[in-house]
Amino acid sequence: MDSKLESLATALEQRFAAKQEIFRDQLTLFLTPDRIIEAARALRDEFGFTFLSDESAVDYFPQELPRFHVVYQLRTMQAPYLLLTLRVPIEGGEPHMPTLEKVFPNANWFERELWDMFGIRFDDHSDLRRILMPFDWEGHPLRKDYPLGYEEVEFSFNFNEVEARKPHPKD
Amino acid sequence: MGLEQKAGNMGIVTTSLETMVNWARTNAMWPMLFGLACCAIEMMSAQASQYDMSRFGMELMRASPRQSDLMIVAGRVSRKMAPVVRQLYDQMPAPKWVIAMGDCASCTGVFNNYALVQGVDEIVPVDVYVAGCPPRPEALIHGVMTLHEKVKREKLQKWA
Amino acid sequence: MTEIREVDTKELKHLVSERALRGETMLLNMGPQHPSTHGVLRLLLELDGEIVVNCIPDIGFLHTGIEKNMEAKIYQKAEVMTDRLDYLNPLGNNLAYCLALEKLLELDVPPRAQVLRVILAELTRINSHLLWLGTSGLDLAAMSVFLYCMREREAILNIFEMISGARMMTTYIRPGGVWRDVPAEFEAAVHDFVAMMPARIDEYESMLTTNELFLDRTKGIGVISQEDCIRWGISGPILRAAGMPYDMRRVAPYSGYEQYDFNIPTGPDGDVFCRYKVRVDEMRESVKIIDQAIKKLPYGPIRSNNRKVVPPPRSELGSSMEALIHHFKLWTEGFSVPAGGVYTATESPRGELGVYMESNGGPKPQRVRWHAPTFVNLQIMPLLSRGHFVADVVGIIGSIDIVLGDCDR
Repeated sequence: MDSKLESLATALEQRFAAKQEIFRDQLTLFLTPDRIIEAARALRDEFGFTFLSDESAVDYFPQELPRFHVVYQLRTMQAPYLLLTLRVPIEGGEPHMPTLEKVFPNANWFERELWDMFGIRFDDHSDLRRILMPFDWEGHPLRKDYPLGYEEVEFSFNFNEVEARKPHPKD
Repeated sequence: MGLEQKAGNMGIVTTSLETMVNWARTNAMWPMLFGLACCAIEMMSAQASQYDMSRFGMELMRASPRQSDLMIVAGRVSRKMAPVVRQLYDQMPAPKWVIAMGDCASCTGVFNNYALVQGVDEIVPVDVYVAGCPPRPEALIHGVMTLHEKVKREKLQKWA
Repeated sequence: MTEIREVDTKELKHLVSERALRGETMLLNMGPQHPSTHGVLRLLLELDGEIVVNCIPDIGFLHTGIEKNMEAKIYQKAEVMTDRLDYLNPLGNNLAYCLALEKLLELDVPPRAQVLRVILAELTRINSHLLWLGTSGLDLAAMSVFLYCMREREAILNIFEMISGARMMTTYIRPGGVWRDVPAEFEAAVHDFVAMMPARIDEYESMLTTNELFLDRTKGIGVISQEDCIRWGISGPILRAAGMPYDMRRVAPYSGYEQYDFNIPTGPDGDVFCRYKVRVDEMRESVKIIDQAIKKLPYGPIRSNNRKVVPPPRSELGSSMEALIHHFKLWTEGFSVPAGGVYTATESPRGELGVYMESNGGPKPQRVRWHAPTFVNLQIMPLLSRGHFVADVVGIIGSIDIVLGDCDR
């Protein structure tokens, strides 16, 4: 695996000249939001990464620059079967990114989920609505500054107080 | 005191109205198909041949709330699903009962967070809670039988 | 709770065709509570008579916030929630989580535990496919298949109960190996299962594969080509039924899968019937793998020796001070995981189940992202159902094999 990974790393270095990292035998390429569409297209057409496996984000809350890292996992569909990770750091505030929908159609629902859970807006997305939460929910749950929203555990000493605060149906 | 001795020559049995109506209700209680998550799989296992629920009159699981008596809330109820649960409960005609099957329906179990309703008794009044994650089919059947006993104790004043 | 809310329909107009707005086609809500949607899935069908013009899936009715909840718990405690994601594949979810964690920790797994993991993962695969066969048969009005499949499932669930105490949510596969050693009856039970199963699978096939009614309802329905599958990121039996022999167990073998000899069934057409055939053949291959694995089950420890991660046995607590300190640290603070992110993928019965786990050096995860196969596979629902009847939509949903716990997390 290492030799294939290294040859891929050198090829990507020549093509994109972007920062790379190898951690636990997995290659990660760091890109900026303005280069992501062109890079994804090149990876799909020239390098054979035709399969977008996953698109997700990580929130590093207390630090604002960058606050989010959008992480893409791309795969090749022929031997050697390779996995490539792309990371795009974006800032907090009003986070937004170009959409990858034209390059990989299944990015549609992934990006809707990122909008719903993190509040990252995708420019030119065909249908940016909430997908997992109810359509009128306020807030973006997976952000680190969004509370977990748990209820106080009921023991015998506080049972009556907690029950009084919970809603109960009338019939 | 067999039935024939009670019936006598005229073939008449006397009992109280409450007993008879409760007996009729318990022996043919039709559950509504309301499996949400993992507990639904155990509910299906309870309906299958090894732990057969049709022994207790629950052969048919009606999908339509208008034709069912019992709502077994099997699984976790999310905030998006809560209005749907309430609407289905309202659409069921009286008499109706609710069994909260599993930990998530009783008290949300493992998941104490923003996305789930903390116990389905915040939305609908529950008659029997069945614990377990998921409860064994035998536990569900025990819950159903406890409900039967609760129904058999119901009084005339409650309906009239 | 039952208020009527005014929804601004302008924001949804881009989803339906113009014919719906003019009133030519009908919008039908196949709601969250429906006998054939296998869980809480809402489909907005736009119908021209009986023919589906467009189909808009609406998910999120089972969203449990598991990813956020895992960030608030230490790694060992967060594993309990993994069973409940894809609830038909609980041991597979445990396995995916543990593989990601072991990769981050660079933790070894002893050979006996590897073989046990393979046996349990394949048993879970058979369990999931049996339930799929039962419920999708029930949707297509083959009701006796349901009862037969549930009977077989009871045998598998008995094995799970024998090793861990719980029928479904076992949390048996833990970082470093498995929780505890299997009892003496395990091998005999697995041998009996392997001996009995192929005949039963033949029984199901005899009921369905040459049945004219079943063929009528499944051949030529819901066709997807291989190129479309790759464009839409579909993996699992749907991709294999479209003709591509792509299986995570071959592409990126984990837990010793390269030692076992099994075929990857593929179907030529990519319709509902081919997906059915692929899954039934996968059950046979899983029985072969379990047969090979149980014959080579080695003796040895079942969990790693690394006491920083794996709790010491209770017998040592009375005599060794070090064991006591390790036990204390694991139970109060948890183990710390080196910082970094890894993505591991396993083959669940539905497709590629991936975990992207990122750690910040502490005992609680920074991010645990679950790449759910059902989330990706449901996207092609509109593509598959255009031009078919409403009754076919039911068959198509069954063939995609959705589990909403996986999709909504």
